[in-house]
Amino acid sequence: MARPPSRRPGQNRKAQYSLFASYVVAVTGALAGLLLIIIAMFDPTGFAVIRSAGAEVTRPVSSGLKELVSGIGTVDERIAAFYKAGSQNVSLRRQVDVNRTRLIEAAAIEQENVRLKKLLKLVDEEKDEVVAARLISSSSSSTRRLARLNAGRAQGAYPGMPVRAPEGLIGRIYTAGLHTSDVLLLTDSSNVVPVRRSTDNIAGISTGSDDGSLTVKSLTAGRNPFKPGDILVTSGTGGIYQPNIPVAIVVRIAGDDAIAVPLASPARVEMVMVQRPFEASLSRPAGTATPGTPPRPAPVATSAPAPAAIDAAPPASDPTDNAASIAR
Amino acid sequence: MIPQGPKLGNHPTRFRLEGTPVITVMFGSMVTALPVVVSSPVMPPFGLLLLLSWRLLRPELWQAWIAVPLGLFDDIMSGQPLGSAMFLWTITLIGVDSTERQLYWRDYWQDWLIAAAAIIFCLSGGLLFARLTGGGGTMMLIAPQILWSILFYPFVARQCAWLDRWRIMA
Repeated sequence: MARPPSRRPGQNRKAQYSLFASYVVAVTGALAGLLLIIIAMFDPTGFAVIRSAGAEVTRPVSSGLKELVSGIGTVDERIAAFYKAGSQNVSLRRQVDVNRTRLIEAAAIEQENVRLKKLLKLVDEEKDEVVAARLISSSSSSTRRLARLNAGRAQGAYPGMPVRAPEGLIGRIYTAGLHTSDVLLLTDSSNVVPVRRSTDNIAGISTGSDDGSLTVKSLTAGRNPFKPGDILVTSGTGGIYQPNIPVAIVVRIAGDDAIAVPLASPARVEMVMVQRPFEASLSRPAGTATPGTPPRPAPVATSAPAPAAIDAAPPASDPTDNAASIAR
Repeated sequence: MIPQGPKLGNHPTRFRLEGTPVITVMFGSMVTALPVVVSSPVMPPFGLLLLLSWRLLRPELWQAWIAVPLGLFDDIMSGQPLGSAMFLWTITLIGVDSTERQLYWRDYWQDWLIAAAAIIFCLSGGLLFARLTGGGGTMMLIAPQILWSILFYPFVARQCAWLDRWRIMA
């Protein structure tokens, strides 16, 4: 094929000028784009209003489709589960039996905990969940790891609030619009979460690697204390995330770092909860916690309580309450 | 399915002639609104692929400045820092213009080569801008995305050509 007709307008003066003008406009536009990026280097969330306006427009489409296809990224998993159904059923049944006793213990410990906290006159948050919402879309073609939540300022979700799923931490709110907000996922490299190992208090710092995994650096000097299989939970340091939210599981050791995978996959979770920042919920005045509220089941029963505490609290001190929390 | 031929004496409306390409590129940018939540950049940049397809299919259709508003719209949708696609897409179109002056013969393979260069430029530029504004990531992270964006280009170009037949036939 011969080359397409040239854009050179020949001798026509008017056409020459208009072509020149079009390039002037294009270059000016490109420079304006560059300027916007330079502004964004100093104020990354500065243009949140423009973006959330766009998000508001696409929200009905995204959340409507989300209702139709829930769990689009889990097709392979379902096929695998179908083949493993029989053997898995048996092992899961056994696991449920074990977990049931653990849950009863955990509920008892939680009650004990509430009682001890009251004795110590610690301020406990009355209700730390602001709103439950869905992740409706994400920045799937960009290297930034942002997911869009269908709740915004109107529902009480503000920038900086932690977002978690029942399985674990998802991230925190980056920018918030009126009815949508962008969640900075755990796996974004600008999201830094203070964590600790669930079995002991070895602290670390988790940073996203942008590819679906996390890099965990230990805060203790010497050799890397983490090993594959370690569960990491938030330590509560820094005042954004509540302590003891499950974060990730270590899969590999790479030199001084540990590579971990988030426990809650944003692609799979159905609902997520927006919580108050930990510091904010602590600084609320004392006495807001109502004494009669039944304790919620602990998100993880891995807080390593002293064995004496288990003995001290009769496991079934309030059977109805325990049964209720298990049923939940 | 090939669209039916033109009816005698009919002309497509101006909106159809000029609006179709712009609207398809905008729809391409809006693919990120689909309810797919992923934890690494895997989705090809459909907005960019459609822009390149239209530009290479119909050189006379657009001036280079069209990338400014379309890029801005893509930035609003994609989660990249605002101004990223605005800058990269415009530079790409100016680059395509100047390449066209250099090449004497053009066919399918040259188009694909130009598109591949443009995709590599835009995605790595997007990575650079995301890093500058607080993000992170390495070239290894976007290498798969670059690869299947390039492989996906002929398909998108084909759909564009199909749509183009509909566009110019009343």
